[in-house]
Amino acid sequence: MAFALNAEQNQKLEQILSRYPNKMAACIPVLHLCQEANASWVSDDVIEFVAKRLDLPTAHVKGVVTFYTLFNQKPVGKHQVWVCRTLSCALRGSDKILEHCEKRLGCHVGETSKDGKVTLRTAECLASCGSAPMMQVDKTYYENLTVEQVDRILDTLVR
Amino acid sequence: MLKTTTYLTHSYGLADGYKLAAYEQQGGYSGVKKALGMPREAVIEEMKKAHIRGRGGAGFDAGTKWSFMPKQSQKPCYLVINADEGEPGTFKDRSIMEKNPHALVEGCIIGAYGIGAHAAYIYVRDELHLSKARLEGAIAEARAKGYLGSRPFGFDYAMEVYVHTGAGAYICGEETGLLNSLEGRRGEPRLKPPFPAQYGAFGCPTTVNNVETIAIAPTVFQMGGDEFSKLSQLHHFNDGGARIFGVSGHVKKPGLYEACVGLTLRELIYDLGGGVLGDRPILALIPGGSSCPVHRPDEIINHPDPRFAPFNGKTILDLPLGVDTFRMVGSMLGTCCAIVLSDAADPVLALHNLMRFYRHESCGQCTPCREGCGWIERILDKIVAGQGTIEELDRVSEIASDITGNTICAFGDGAAQPALSFVRKYRSHFEDYILNGAKSQTRRLTP
Ligand SMILES: Cc1cc2nc3c(=O)[nH]c(=O)nc-3n(C[C@H](O)[C@H](O)[C@H](O)COP(=O)(O)O)c2cc1C
Ligand code: FES
Repeated sequence: MAFALNAEQNQKLEQILSRYPNKMAACIPVLHLCQEANASWVSDDVIEFVAKRLDLPTAHVKGVVTFYTLFNQKPVGKHQVWVCRTLSCALRGSDKILEHCEKRLGCHVGETSKDGKVTLRTAECLASCGSAPMMQVDKTYYENLTVEQVDRILDTLVR
Repeated sequence: MLKTTTYLTHSYGLADGYKLAAYEQQGGYSGVKKALGMPREAVIEEMKKAHIRGRGGAGFDAGTKWSFMPKQSQKPCYLVINADEGEPGTFKDRSIMEKNPHALVEGCIIGAYGIGAHAAYIYVRDELHLSKARLEGAIAEARAKGYLGSRPFGFDYAMEVYVHTGAGAYICGEETGLLNSLEGRRGEPRLKPPFPAQYGAFGCPTTVNNVETIAIAPTVFQMGGDEFSKLSQLHHFNDGGARIFGVSGHVKKPGLYEACVGLTLRELIYDLGGGVLGDRPILALIPGGSSCPVHRPDEIINHPDPRFAPFNGKTILDLPLGVDTFRMVGSMLGTCCAIVLSDAADPVLALHNLMRFYRHESCGQCTPCREGCGWIERILDKIVAGQGTIEELDRVSEIASDITGNTICAFGDGAAQPALSFVRKYRSHFEDYILNGAKSQTRRLTP
């Protein structure tokens, strides 16, 4: 079925458009809006919808989607977990955090746990270096992590 | 001499410190009232007197940058705030947006007025959801009070501030990559010239400033530019005021510390950061984000400039952290957020980590950067696996030199700096991997 936004989401889209002198500038925020409305991923239908709605060539929207890491080009789990692995976090043990997540979720980085609940990824520096190691779960940062804390956080996700 | 300040951080510990009431209690929105009562040119002059060196990494003088904007423009002008904070080791802008968002909103009004813009876009990297929420909240509060809108504080100068989101790409921190991204394109940097002041966002005159650069502007107008500049011990280097210093890695108290410009790495690491984890010796220091060269703690300062007299003969740990002080000794101040490696860390693995970052984040437009970053990473993969050769180690430096200066934007130089400096300064560690199976290396990054 073709992708569409509901009334409330459409209103948000209009609000986004009102901030810019042209429609193209709304491309990234509107893609975020649609991704959120589409179980956290950007399907071809979503690209088609955004292109039409913003009067852009499909190829332009596709080019944008493929440039940015945060647009998921495949379905993902119900929750997304990103473990930062860049230098400041690595100096404080991010590898152990990541290893533990893989073990707990039973999947490797880049994969989704079998129950479809959690997609595990690494991230590059998330501007939280002073409270490393850290991870982002959906929209929330968890900082100064220990393995025990990771367990508690993951518990709430897979429940 | 260590002098901590709280111009930007006064609200950091308070539960409701991010709200308008707390901000106004500390004198918030009094700077902008002064600024809007001055002629535009005077606002720029006041900023120049403050000697604020851009807090985004390049250290360009903020007032001077504002003065590049056209005095009269047929087209609209824009202020764009760079809140894409993604330079490894850097975490100061996020704290301002989360804990003191009104300083940025007030700074936006001052900056926009100074450059002749009626709209400011704050480009926030998407991951910073709390920052976006706090900024939206602050903008709503300010609009409700009439501080934004058609007549801020009763002055006839319409003003709007918008939050724009990125979607995960370090290169969008580069100002022209950011402008492309703001326009809804792939975040690939543009060739300069034309510079943003002539042809920026939507083809219109634009100033791009870092979050902290703009958030400190209200303080300048509260206390006066000259007085603000003189807070700094590097006032005579035209590097004024106070700023936020960060320290991460192997220190006991990693975090953010606001202090007068001129703080030294020793003060940052030992007095503020509580010293090195396990009281170990320092192996390596990166002064301000990973794109700066790495330093050994025993590097001795020696510069003919008479202003260096107090520092000559001392180590890099005792050189005041300033844009020019560091540039003149062949380093870079960058974002002023230092990364500390104790001798528990393996410098080969540290560089390997960073080059993976640069390979991942290269936008791929320029061949030397796109191919070079990947090539260096592959060589380091081999070295770390015990399969590298001395010729390949030398090739790392060659590739890095070939990237330097041969790309559209400064990403290339930023990727080359760590490669060049790590290999040069810790060569024996790399050779140990190649010749002796890394027998005397820690093979770890953690203590
Ligand atoms: C690869 C790259 C990444 C950058 N990332 C950022 C960033 O995240 N935040 C920032 O303020 N400046 C960043 N900069 C610097 C900007 O290009 C620009 O100099 C700065 O935003 C100007 O603001 P300022 O003069 O107030 O410092 C980056 C530069 C490069 C080359
Ligand atoms: S290195 Fe992990 S948040 Fe910066």
